[in-house]
Amino acid sequence: MKNIFKIAIRNLLRYKRRTLMTSLLIVIGIVLVIVFSGVSVSFKSMMIGSITDSMLGHLQIHKKGYVSSIDNLPLHLNINEKGIKQLDKILEKHGDAIEAYSYRIKFGAMLSNFQETTNIRLTAVEPQMENAACPQLVKRIKGDIQDVNKFIEQGKIILPENIAKGLKLKGGDEVVLVANNKDGSVNGLSLKVSNIIEGIMGPSGRDGFVHIDDAKILLRIHGNEINEVSIRLKNPGHLDRTNNLLTDELSQFTNKQDKPAFELHTWADLSPFSPIAAIVDLLIITVKMVLIAIVLISILNVMMMSVYERVSEIGAISAIGTLPSKILWLFMAEGFSLGVISTIVGNVIGVLTLFLINLAEFHFSFSRMKNIQLETSISPSDLISVSLIVIIIAVISSLQPALKASKMQPVDALRHV
Amino acid sequence: MSLVQLKQISKNYQMGELSVQALKDIELEISEQSFVSFVGPSGSGKTTLLNLIGCLDKPSSGNVFVNGTLVNNFSNKTAAQFRGEHLGFIFQNFNLLPVLTAYENVEYPLIMVQNIPGAERKERIMHYLDAVGIADQKDKFPSQLSGGQKQRVAVARALVTDPKLVLADEPTANLDHASAFKIIELMRQMQRDFKTTFIFSTHDPKIVKEAEIIYTLEDGKIMDKEIVAA
Repeated sequence: MKNIFKIAIRNLLRYKRRTLMTSLLIVIGIVLVIVFSGVSVSFKSMMIGSITDSMLGHLQIHKKGYVSSIDNLPLHLNINEKGIKQLDKILEKHGDAIEAYSYRIKFGAMLSNFQETTNIRLTAVEPQMENAACPQLVKRIKGDIQDVNKFIEQGKIILPENIAKGLKLKGGDEVVLVANNKDGSVNGLSLKVSNIIEGIMGPSGRDGFVHIDDAKILLRIHGNEINEVSIRLKNPGHLDRTNNLLTDELSQFTNKQDKPAFELHTWADLSPFSPIAAIVDLLIITVKMVLIAIVLISILNVMMMSVYERVSEIGAISAIGTLPSKILWLFMAEGFSLGVISTIVGNVIGVLTLFLINLAEFHFSFSRMKNIQLETSISPSDLISVSLIVIIIAVISSLQPALKASKMQPVDALRHV
Repeated sequence: MSLVQLKQISKNYQMGELSVQALKDIELEISEQSFVSFVGPSGSGKTTLLNLIGCLDKPSSGNVFVNGTLVNNFSNKTAAQFRGEHLGFIFQNFNLLPVLTAYENVEYPLIMVQNIPGAERKERIMHYLDAVGIADQKDKFPSQLSGGQKQRVAVARALVTDPKLVLADEPTANLDHASAFKIIELMRQMQRDFKTTFIFSTHDPKIVKEAEIIYTLEDGKIMDKEIVAA
């Protein structure tokens, strides 16, 4: 085998310019895949991180049927005290995978500044739990926060930017919330504006925050009741595994109709960004397909030329007794070597390019997020997958020319001029 | 005992709709350790005859025996194995591998065909490179050697596997007269030293006289057999 590779490498070096051009093409392809993957995956992770860390969490638990009517923010699908205790037990049991979780009451209300009234979506939280589950949330809040674990206090409300602007409200202003409780009766609560919160994607958000105890007063909830649990995982990479684990655990709880009492959703099920994330993945696959085409066509071309140019040489080695299988390996080894060398060079240049991009500290803006630094990275598994793609395709594309060489009749090959 | 036996050999080539008979009813026996030449004009069937003896081609009819084995019906793989074990080849265009040095070219059949272990391999290569007088050029690539030197390397490559029979198709055609004579002399010397049978084809009447037995071919038939006095 050593000698087969020695001959293969020397044959590649025999046509230096051609080998260099082919290798360069493959290297450019690999660098493109690495840089594109490095930038887009980092961008995707950053966006996903922003969504999960400041709004959704990685997983959410609701009472069965809640998500399908989430736009109405129904209160009759609240999880009662017994349900909360059951969830507590499960979530604490999986403390090795779950970093934190937060109980929320989401509800709709009318907001008045005593002159004008508008509707608002509110998330009532216990601030310490919420900050642990969504640590980036406080970064969206304008103004100083003395203690992030008390970012919303009782008697206060955090208003979304556009509502505050529309109603000309600022910190310290008094407002009134009017909401229906689940029995249909109406209640009002006077609160002071503490801060203004920016939306993730733009000024269109209508989501404000209040303390969970204020929500209970307004909604006349006696005891403990919630309608959403936001869960933050220790390792977001274990999302699917934890999702399956919790789904199994939750399936043991059934309602009166003997149907599952809870439903579990990942951030991707709940976020409108998930199709964008899927598009990013699709683009990466497309770039990889382009790389496959580059490798396939370039190596197939170079190996076919190589076989055609060496017909009489093939005839000679066949005449002196080289078995067809060894002739096949001689040419396969050439394609394989070209693939491996190009992969090594491509990986080195690709990773170096990502390093230089990080070193140059490129900044960009995305929607409301300004001055974001482009921090590229690529995982070893991605590098391995790109390398394997190139090497496997290199071997596959040299198979046809190698088979052609191995099947040549020596008498015909020796006649070739 | 005959090393090569050809019985009622005919070979036809199909060229479009035309069938060309390259060899017609050839009967031939070549004994071991002989130095034989096929002579004749272009198209007389010399190369076809060598190809059949060398298991590179199959006859249209008749039987070819080499070293007592019927070789007509060999598969590609079996034919390659047989050639690797029993036959050596010298080509008109030398056909050395350009990416290998003279030493590595001679080494090639020992590694890729016969799997001879390292120490024995080195000894045999140096022995034959020495025998053909090219040991001092062993590290040169074919492009750095003259035509005569390349053919010497080819002779060493043909002999290094200790074949019973070496087939040389026009081995001097691409050489100047002096080099051509030297190569034929070298082949003659190798035949004497290593008891190897040599069959070569040529159309050069001066070269052909160096053979012990001369078969004259014309239009695919053996017209004459001449035994040259030693």
